[in-house]
Amino acid sequence: MLLNSHLIVGSRPYGEQVCDIRITNGIITELGSDLEPGNLPVIQGSGLISLPSLVDLHTHLREPGREDAETIASGSRAATLGGFSAVFAMANTTPVADTAGVVEQVWRIGRESGLVDVFPIGAVSVGLKGEALAELGAMAASAAKVTVFSDDGNCVSDPLLMRRALEYVKAFDGVIAQHAQDPRLTQGAQMNEGELSGILGLTGWPAVAEEAIIARDVLLALHVDSRLHICHVSTAGSVAIIRWAKEMGVRVSAEVTPHHLLLTEDLVSSFDPIYKVNPPLRSRADTLALREALADGTIDIVATDHAPHPHESKDCEWDSAAFGMLGLETALGVVAVAMAGIPDWSWRTLSDRMSSAPAKIGRAVNHGRPLAVGEPAHIVFVDPQKTREVIPTQLASLSGNTPYAGMTLPVSVTDVFFNGVHQVRGGELNG
Amino acid sequence: MKHLISVQDLSHSDTLHILDTARELDRVTNGGSKLLPTLRGRTVVNLFYEDSTRTRLSFERAAKRLSADVVTFSAKGSSVSKGESLKDTALTLKAMGADMIIVRHPSPGAAHRLAHAGWLESSVINAGDGKHEHPTQALADALTIRAHLRPDAVDFDGLTIGIVGDVLHSRVARSNIFLLSGLGAKVVVIGPPTLLPVKIESWPCTVSYSLDATLPELDAIMMLRVQQERMNGTFFPSELEYSRVFGLNRARASSLPDHAIVMHPGPMNRGVEITAEVADGSRSVITDQVSNGLKVRMAAMYLLIGGEVNVA
Repeated sequence: MLLNSHLIVGSRPYGEQVCDIRITNGIITELGSDLEPGNLPVIQGSGLISLPSLVDLHTHLREPGREDAETIASGSRAATLGGFSAVFAMANTTPVADTAGVVEQVWRIGRESGLVDVFPIGAVSVGLKGEALAELGAMAASAAKVTVFSDDGNCVSDPLLMRRALEYVKAFDGVIAQHAQDPRLTQGAQMNEGELSGILGLTGWPAVAEEAIIARDVLLALHVDSRLHICHVSTAGSVAIIRWAKEMGVRVSAEVTPHHLLLTEDLVSSFDPIYKVNPPLRSRADTLALREALADGTIDIVATDHAPHPHESKDCEWDSAAFGMLGLETALGVVAVAMAGIPDWSWRTLSDRMSSAPAKIGRAVNHGRPLAVGEPAHIVFVDPQKTREVIPTQLASLSGNTPYAGMTLPVSVTDVFFNGVHQVRGGELNG
Repeated sequence: MKHLISVQDLSHSDTLHILDTARELDRVTNGGSKLLPTLRGRTVVNLFYEDSTRTRLSFERAAKRLSADVVTFSAKGSSVSKGESLKDTALTLKAMGADMIIVRHPSPGAAHRLAHAGWLESSVINAGDGKHEHPTQALADALTIRAHLRPDAVDFDGLTIGIVGDVLHSRVARSNIFLLSGLGAKVVVIGPPTLLPVKIESWPCTVSYSLDATLPELDAIMMLRVQQERMNGTFFPSELEYSRVFGLNRARASSLPDHAIVMHPGPMNRGVEITAEVADGSRSVITDQVSNGLKVRMAAMYLLIGGEVNVA
């Protein structure tokens, strides 16, 4: 009896040639035409596109502390339904993931949920306060083997602390993921600063507050020759700085969220806090620059910044509402909408930006692997013809704060294999 | 029209209709000495999350002149100060049967949320939402300008109106820029660049950093209040420097054309943005703005919820 073994026939890996896929004991063991099933269960994949499962370098699972908004288990369900095999859980929990104890707890609960691999991100500074380095080495050496460190939610704004963090993580091949937001330039900020923020009377979040930090940090990373990752890049100016930094040889990578690729600030005119997010939704010109940068590789990856919040945190006036929106279950569809019509964008490019590249940045060696013989069977099947309406109450997340409610996405995740386990079937969690 | 949230929701004819109604209501009530039964049996709630004696009293008097029952719900001494959400307050007011809610709130868009979030069905008038808008103040100002400068004309074509000071934080300025320009006036905003919103060049107004250079062109000048909390040195160096450059004193007032009027939405900082001499001088129409505020608020209530009832 073979466990976690299947033959999936007729799908098109990366949207290219039709190819059958044999999975044996959780490993891809054969690819080709007209494979013999033997005694394996056969799954019909014709019409579907097969891709390596997705990897999210930026997820808020809220546990420990805000289990009313999301838990590691519910977030894992949302992740697998969205086609992910691995998520990196941000450190801004309560307590903060700034010690080996907390990151090991998150890692263990993730293992117990068993639907995706949960990689905890460690805080850069104690309590995310930006004052003293957290125990980065202890977190790296823990069972959770932390490689990504971030104060996300807060910017590491002190340049000296940022420099030290970049230097310190070189000892264990870590990377600092910066939430680029100058705190002084964004005091009380509520939305993108521009013509609309002035008219609406909402305090502006200027692009320069992001760009100035990125410019500083790429220079620091160059100076100390360390790895820097920029979270949720949101402006055309940031793209230009990152492009320049890469030309200069800086070891910098960057992410963009699905919502910054698709949505624009004019939605804020509704004063509906479902559109309140940090960094804020920007202008149309920014979204176009971000799409182009994602296609040409200046921006390396898509990351969701999945940020669940309970209903009451959004059912209020704008200023009082929480920042953030859900992302895991809609990421693939939203990226498909945003990137439609961009030259040179293909399923293979998408697979790089949403699977192999984020896995490499996070050093998740068993994820983001190609669909090839000998690789772990983390595979997502996508129906490129099957549309799906986003209905907040039907999401697996404990929260419903999706800005896409009522929107019809052009593609659907139908089946997901995790280590060869067929855990999502027909878009539903198995059992 | 069910709500009055932003002057940008008003068409040109809506605006004129409100102004005409204000004048007409003033006439039929003999300047307010006679009550109208229009809103008898209807409940108007004054929901004030910020201190504002002037605006609250103005709405209250306007509602009473139309015979409405007025309930005042102020943040002080109510459940609001215990942390009740806007939504829960809205649900409470709904249960109490409020026909109209007049809301003053520090958050931009709060009135819009109250009107459109699905919490209640009442009509909503925005009595000031953060830095966003204060539509009845702008309507009062338009009525004042009309009475003094365009008594016989419909529009403000040919008028140049200066708005001076802290436009960045002013809901009165926002509502006035859009309302007055919509009526055909040329609006000039004047202030230090730190107190003007970015990209204001794309609004329907022109920008000047020099009050002295602009004064001779103005038919009306509106001085904005400088909030105490802006005087901490991050927006401008000092109160003294501000008033030296942007304060309206007797010498500056004498550079205005003879017919020009001086306005202020109140409350004033005498000696900062305007001297007492000018505030109390012959050009000042500041008290007219207050009485016109009452008239336009009556008109807005009458048009929003008075239409459906038969006057006995």
